[in-house]
Amino acid sequence: MSWRAHGMRAWLLQRLSALYMLLFAISFLLYIAPNLPITYEYWSDLFTRPSIAVATLVFFAALLYHAWIGIRDIIVDYIHDTTLRFTLWVLVTLFLIGLGIWVALIVLSVVAV
Amino acid sequence: MLQHPHRPKFLNLLKIHLPVTGIVSILHRVAGALLFLAVPGLIYLFNVSLDSAASFHAIGAWLSTPGTKIIVTLFAWALLHHLLGGIRFLLTDIGIGMELRPARASAWLVNILSGLGFVVLVVELWL
Repeated sequence: MSWRAHGMRAWLLQRLSALYMLLFAISFLLYIAPNLPITYEYWSDLFTRPSIAVATLVFFAALLYHAWIGIRDIIVDYIHDTTLRFTLWVLVTLFLIGLGIWVALIVLSVVAV
Repeated sequence: MLQHPHRPKFLNLLKIHLPVTGIVSILHRVAGALLFLAVPGLIYLFNVSLDSAASFHAIGAWLSTPGTKIIVTLFAWALLHHLLGGIRFLLTDIGIGMELRPARASAWLVNILSGLGFVVLVVELWL
């Protein structure tokens, strides 16, 4: 029984990524809540902090991975033509990788190292 | 070989009676697909919000136009339903709410709460 071949890893990471996003969202909202309403000065300073930047990058990584598995489930369930299924899967994968690079560049451009 | 050659195949959506747990499940998928479409917009807004003070403030004005309000309301419902339904699925994974009655009750709760959230948001944004 291969951990990978049986989809157990994807199943587990799907849930772990969901859990991380949930905990990140709650902590993030609690963290910024005392500073409402949020000003541009506060907001732009926030992501210069390395801890926030890293947590944000992990959030987007979790989001993109979560979306990747979710879309894979949808494609596998409804697209039965192997060529179309594979093509869509490759396009979605490239799309999500592109989004990942984009958001990583945004965060890296503001974080103070 | 076939024991029931005339067994019914309810592929007619009007004849299928989907239980409430099934409705949560399919809405979780629909909402998830919508959220997938929202990701580029989210990253774009994140980028714009950090760009400059002017672009940060422009987001507020942009969000209050009628066209974006519809989209924001729709995505907010998707997020709320996907979040609540997701928490329900995570609890089910660790064995909470597995029995039929609590499973049906929590499914109703997810649909009703996300529906209420949607109504509150519509009222807040439009009235």
